[in-house]
Amino acid sequence: MDLSAISPTLLIASLMVAATPILLAALGEMVVEKAGVLNLGVEGMMIMGAVTGFIAAIETGSVTAGFVAAMVGGAVMALLFGFLTQVLLSNQVATGLALTLFGLGLSSLLGQGYVGIKVDSLSRIDLGPLSDIPFFGRVVFGHDPIVYVSVALTVAVWAFLKFTRGGLILRAVGESHEAAHALGYHVRRVRLLAIAFGGACAGLGGAYLTLVRVPQWTEGMTAGAGWIALALVVFASWKAGRVLIGAYLFGGITVLQLNLQTAGAKVPVELLSAAPYLVTILVLVLISRRAGRGGDAPASLGKPFHAST
Amino acid sequence: MKLKALLAGAIALGLTGAAFADGHEKTKVGFVYVGPIGDGGWTYQHDQGRLAVEEAYGDKVETVYQENVPEGADAERVITQMALGGADIIFTTSFGYMDPTNNVAAKFPDVKFEHATGFKREHPNVSTYDARFYEGRAVTGTIAGHMTETNKIGYIASFPIPEVIQGINSSFLHARKVNPDVEMVVTWAYTWFDPAKEADAARAMIDQGVDVILQHTDSTAPSAAAQEANENGGRVFTFGQASDMYAFAPNPRIASIIDDWAPYYVKRVGELMDGTYEQTVSWGGMPEGEVVIGEITAEVPAEVKAEAEAMIAAITDGSYHPFTGPINKQDGTPWLADGEVADDGTLLGMNFYVEGLTGDIPN
Repeated sequence: MDLSAISPTLLIASLMVAATPILLAALGEMVVEKAGVLNLGVEGMMIMGAVTGFIAAIETGSVTAGFVAAMVGGAVMALLFGFLTQVLLSNQVATGLALTLFGLGLSSLLGQGYVGIKVDSLSRIDLGPLSDIPFFGRVVFGHDPIVYVSVALTVAVWAFLKFTRGGLILRAVGESHEAAHALGYHVRRVRLLAIAFGGACAGLGGAYLTLVRVPQWTEGMTAGAGWIALALVVFASWKAGRVLIGAYLFGGITVLQLNLQTAGAKVPVELLSAAPYLVTILVLVLISRRAGRGGDAPASLGKPFHAST
Repeated sequence: MKLKALLAGAIALGLTGAAFADGHEKTKVGFVYVGPIGDGGWTYQHDQGRLAVEEAYGDKVETVYQENVPEGADAERVITQMALGGADIIFTTSFGYMDPTNNVAAKFPDVKFEHATGFKREHPNVSTYDARFYEGRAVTGTIAGHMTETNKIGYIASFPIPEVIQGINSSFLHARKVNPDVEMVVTWAYTWFDPAKEADAARAMIDQGVDVILQHTDSTAPSAAAQEANENGGRVFTFGQASDMYAFAPNPRIASIIDDWAPYYVKRVGELMDGTYEQTVSWGGMPEGEVVIGEITAEVPAEVKAEAEAMIAAITDGSYHPFTGPINKQDGTPWLADGEVADDGTLLGMNFYVEGLTGDIPN
């Protein structure tokens, strides 16, 4: 075993990259759930973002256009869900699951001509001398723009929900849609906006996989990241800061276990492979024990709303 | 009632089978795939084999295929459907189709079934076939041993099954043979296909000083990760897996191990058509053209390329077997004496590392 071969700097840098897709998707889903909607279609929206982003980046030659297209793709998928659940009042759980299945199928259809093609991935932002600072240079300043976007978005979502009038309305809609409606807020409109935002975030997270982390398109490549993002929202008890910690924890353990294996650590490989899931479950249990009141879920989460009732 | 209908179907099929034997009908060949034909790896190569059958026999054959068939109950339904649809021979191309294939074969005695990489032949109409990928890995291991400068080569392994362990041992033995200082790092991904995880595994290796990566998982993500590292000033080499992955040549991909199923498919369908078909257990390799090394790029020095090509020639004409003694097991106990060649039974059940490899095989 040669643990000195693991460089903490590179480990932290690569865990940030590994965590970014689930962080983005989980932030979006958190806002959706704060508005009282349970969208289980994160995986489907992510993979649609992954494929539309990749196609756009190939066709236009611009990675930026790819990310924009991915957000649009994810948002369109989400609005499909929004239309079904908010306008036609379909069951949110069933519709969300259907959205995942639909996204997986449609993405493989759309991506058929794009298998095995390479995309010029985003380069790391070069901050000159800042990147040369020992340790912090690589960890803090050595990333591609989306890593910073995801961290900034975490702060923005936190600030929006905590300090702004819009955030207050959104939370009110999620806690008690009837009260919000009685006060004259447009429950359906707020929820549709939140759903579209969630879809855009999931799409961006998916595109990060195809455009930066892998970077290529292959069918089914999200491989369950959307479900981890969903679990993360509960894990984080609907708090933006905890979503960030949770995503980095999960990404960190995934990367750490691969590094430990490479370094020849004498730990059973099966245990290492299962570690991210085991730790997630463990922390989840600890948090919910401490909360001790069924968590902090928005009171109207998953309940359909119609103005006539 | 259902069983009756099924039996009726089987009888009807028996009749069409007879008609086909008289040469009145096209031979219908079915393929069941575990992935999409556009995966650029395993399933893509099987589909290339299907196209080769069409090309070889033209109007005399008709091929049908089904993509993305999950291993399990769905597979049994798909295979049954194909048999009811009049297929004369069905190739099921993933290990997990083993039991479904045998179950369906029991109901359709006149249809021939061929299962890839399996070992169960419960009925006279079931054959199995596999390829000796370890022959190719001997060649890639040789190239890897020469190309490494850090003397650390990495192997991204999928699952701890004999095929993968053969691959690890074969590449390590041959890398050590040309470079006694070489060390091999094995990382188990526990997946055949998860691009993000494969990329992370490759990055972890690169960060720890591995400069040649061999893989036993199916995506091109490790090559992409190596390419990224090279663009940032690294020097990392990879190999294509299952198919050529030429998109990543000449750097980092320097050669590839290709599964070419075309010769086997063409041969078996041909035998069925001329009536010489028999139940077989096939394990072909380089001599049969089933294991092919893709183009070795110019990044590889000429003398190394020549050495690799000599090895390909020796394996192909049968004068060299990659597992030839003296070879000890990991704990130092002798396995093969000087000049002794491993028997197929040991290889098919291989569950130990050879001497020099570190780490344990997960159970």
